[in-house]
Amino acid sequence: MNASAGHAASPAGMSWFLKVWAVLLVLTGVEIFLAYEELPLHTMLILLMGLSLIKAAMIVAYFMHLRYERTSLVWTLVPATIFVLLMMNVFFSDSLRIVRLGLFLH
Amino acid sequence: MSELEVAVTGGQEIWQGGESPYAIPSKKLGMWLFIVSDSITFGAVLFCYAYLRLASPDWPTPFRLASIENATIMTFVLLSSSVTMVAAVEAAKAGRIAASVRWLGATMLGGVLFDILHIREWLGLIHEGLRLGQNPWGSGLFGAAFFTLTGLHMTHVTIGVIYLCIVAIGFRRGKFTSDDVEISGLYWHFVDLVWMFIFPLVYLLSARIR
Repeated sequence: MNASAGHAASPAGMSWFLKVWAVLLVLTGVEIFLAYEELPLHTMLILLMGLSLIKAAMIVAYFMHLRYERTSLVWTLVPATIFVLLMMNVFFSDSLRIVRLGLFLH
Repeated sequence: MSELEVAVTGGQEIWQGGESPYAIPSKKLGMWLFIVSDSITFGAVLFCYAYLRLASPDWPTPFRLASIENATIMTFVLLSSSVTMVAAVEAAKAGRIAASVRWLGATMLGGVLFDILHIREWLGLIHEGLRLGQNPWGSGLFGAAFFTLTGLHMTHVTIGVIYLCIVAIGFRRGKFTSDDVEISGLYWHFVDLVWMFIFPLVYLLSARIR
């Protein structure tokens, strides 16, 4: 399975992917454990989002191979996505306010 | 910095298409751009879910232990199918076509299993009285938000299975290259990634503990 010395194949190899998989499963287990700990909703949300972001980063970096691509690709894709998602989070709720402003009533 | 400079200045003039600044096939860049836009689509639906939840004083927490167990198995299946997908890409890059097609088959099987488990979950909730506009537990908005979000994800898994099937057949016939297998893998891992947010935010935060 480790015969991945060819071009563009990941330098990591299958054993490394299996380790990533194991870590993802463990983090999922931690999330399920937390779900039954009856923590305050805010604490739970922060913990679960934090763990999910770590898992997402691992999937993007290793499974989706982004860690082994050129840095220019990472800088093109990742900041733009994060920026748009954050801006959407800020302005999303305004969509309701726009309707109530009556701009579309003529 | 220097790597970028080499990409920009090395070889032919960049305006004549002499260099590829990202050093990836254009198909792969296309898939990455699609993934960026799709993550924003899912972001919008997830924000919508969170907003409705915060705005509703009686947001239901309907997921019994059986639902959480079911969703946990679904998470395991999807994560494992990502590993079989990686194995398919590794085999494709190493030129082992038959092995790659077998791993793609295993990945598709994982996707189908995920869909079956998910539909079982849906039917269970519908049987308990969950509808798009109403449910016996609380805010009627829950059904619309839940079915939209998980339905959009399930559609992605289903399309992914069809996509992988086409790639597997084409790769075996020599119509597609190992790059195409890798690009289909990007899509599959992205679907897995989205579930890593849906599972905790929808299921775990709405578990019925008592």
